[in-house]
Amino acid sequence: MATLKELSAKKELFTGGHRLCSGCGIPPIVRLILRSTDSPIVATTATGCLEVGSTIYPYTAWRIPWIHSAFENAAATISGVETAYRALRKRGRIPDRDMKFIAFGGDGGTYDIGIQALSGALERGHDFLYVCYDNGGYMNTGIQRSSATPMAAATTTSPAGDVIPGKQNWRKDLTKIVVAHDIPYAAQASPHNWADLSKKAEKALKVKGAAFMNVMSPCPLGWYTKPEDSMKLAKLSVDTCYWPLYEVENGVLRVTYKPKEKRPFEEWLKPQGRFKHVFKPENAHLIEESQKRIDLEWQRLLDLDGKRV
Amino acid sequence: MAERKKKLLQGNDACVEGALYAGCRFYAGYPITPSTEIAEGMSVRLPKLGGKFIQMEDEIASIAAAIGASLTGLKSLTATSGPGLSLKQECIGYACLTEVPLVIVNVMRGGPSTGYPTGPSQSDLMAAKWGAHGDHPAISLAPQSVQEILTETVRAFNLAERFRTPVMVLYDEIVGHMREPITLPLPGELEVIDRAKAACRPEEYFPYDDRYEVAPLAPFGAGYRFHVTGLNHKQDGFPTNDSNIIRANNERIMNKIENHKDEICLNEAIDLDDAEIAVVAIGSTARSARYAVKEARAAGIKAGLLRPITMWPFPDKAVKELGSRVKAIIVPELNLGQMVHEVERCSKKAQVTGIHRVDGEPITPAQILEAIRKHK
Repeated sequence: MATLKELSAKKELFTGGHRLCSGCGIPPIVRLILRSTDSPIVATTATGCLEVGSTIYPYTAWRIPWIHSAFENAAATISGVETAYRALRKRGRIPDRDMKFIAFGGDGGTYDIGIQALSGALERGHDFLYVCYDNGGYMNTGIQRSSATPMAAATTTSPAGDVIPGKQNWRKDLTKIVVAHDIPYAAQASPHNWADLSKKAEKALKVKGAAFMNVMSPCPLGWYTKPEDSMKLAKLSVDTCYWPLYEVENGVLRVTYKPKEKRPFEEWLKPQGRFKHVFKPENAHLIEESQKRIDLEWQRLLDLDGKRV
Repeated sequence: MAERKKKLLQGNDACVEGALYAGCRFYAGYPITPSTEIAEGMSVRLPKLGGKFIQMEDEIASIAAAIGASLTGLKSLTATSGPGLSLKQECIGYACLTEVPLVIVNVMRGGPSTGYPTGPSQSDLMAAKWGAHGDHPAISLAPQSVQEILTETVRAFNLAERFRTPVMVLYDEIVGHMREPITLPLPGELEVIDRAKAACRPEEYFPYDDRYEVAPLAPFGAGYRFHVTGLNHKQDGFPTNDSNIIRANNERIMNKIENHKDEICLNEAIDLDDAEIAVVAIGSTARSARYAVKEARAAGIKAGLLRPITMWPFPDKAVKELGSRVKAIIVPELNLGQMVHEVERCSKKAQVTGIHRVDGEPITPAQILEAIRKHK
């Protein structure tokens, strides 16, 4: 794995000057992933914050060939690119070199509207990496709930009122769904742990076949948090075991980080405005229920650690 | 008498007010600019009225859920824009054939594809009419103001219930996002139509009873057991290969709208009585046109405005009549030429010219005035 010094010496492929919010989790995720290979990269991005924030004409933050597809089909678009590349290489029409294909999508474009295209691409086994930056909502259209939104969070379509205290459903475990496709590599990561994230990206880009990374992406706008707290919150999501860091490599699961001291879930909730209402006495059960579920999921992962899944 | 409430509202908020006034109690949607405020408003308001808001995983699922809810007897709404409309098209055709009442709001943004999500457009006029495979009926209403979004949303539900068909409320981003003071109607002030109830016993009920032009629709769960399918079907709802029944049904779903155009079409006419030059425009463009016509009149030019409030079915009769007596018709629209062809089709005599704009900016009164002056 590359050292921090080596990583920093690499050419920046996702440049500054983009329009993503200060404190947004997406840019560090994209920058680290693009640095994790020395091969040329083609990327596609689903409709969303990353697309809108990095490409408004006449500017672009991308120093690589880049395609915006529609909202639901980033994985299908990259499938076409990767297949065409293989066909052209086979016929000797383009130089025979190793190329990497990456699709980026937010949780709306991945968990919800894009899951059909993602599942299809994983099943067909295209040689590509899909990266989901999961900020837990449709932030680009003004903070609506997605199936990645944590339970009880207030969004503009799951508002917290006197009767209904925010989102009523537990978030979808997309990583688990992806793992069920039996692809060579799948992982969960977080940008605060750059070493873990780059190592996973390096592996994901090295394997032959489909790879997937689900990356926690703090969103000051949608979480109602301070921009300077984003990395702290990313760390807390991991230290509370809400967002466990793990990978599944050729069917074997490995928890890549085990917090020395598991923090209570409410420590992650407390600084976030979208959870303000759960600290009212009448909503105490929401924190308890979430904590139970997190404990259960964390234990499940620990039980599977080192095992074939 | 109770005092009418005045409110400063955005167009999309007025759509929520209109839907609730009409008795809408189910909303399924998906976030998409510039229509998201409708979903947001419904998510806050519906639960308080015992209604249900669901955010679905995409636009296809949203309209499918609204169709399902409508079959249980609830007045149902879904709203979208641009790419979302493309995704909904299969289900729009399904609702036409299965004759399920439904309202679809389409807040028009620049296209094609992702286009210009925050820019206004009127480029879905033809998509509203033809956007689904197969011959199918279309009713689309085109409000021009915040107040009219409210009243036309109510009318959309009425037409959907009356004719058992999907109805589209079609307005551009300018009208959807502008804020204007409006007056909220009192209960009972606006007509609210509910779908015809099944009058027969459950064992005698046919969902597509061929004695009717528009058969009563019994709600699922009320003891009326019936079959709903997107295949061509008989009066009991089950699929059929009988060519006579297939033809009769395909014609009936078109004719139930065509035969009642006078009931559905609604226009506003401004200064048309002695007009020599007419403008035909909808939505925000009609507001620019209204101003241009006023200016033209002040300059001594006999100009007038015909504003279709019902976009589909197209007001053939009104435009034919107009086209037979004016010198020229100007059709300003935020697209590269859609309504202008309908106007050409209907007016054989008058010279028809379009003003088209697709740069995400509105057509200005000055642009329309200049075109009027050219025909003087």
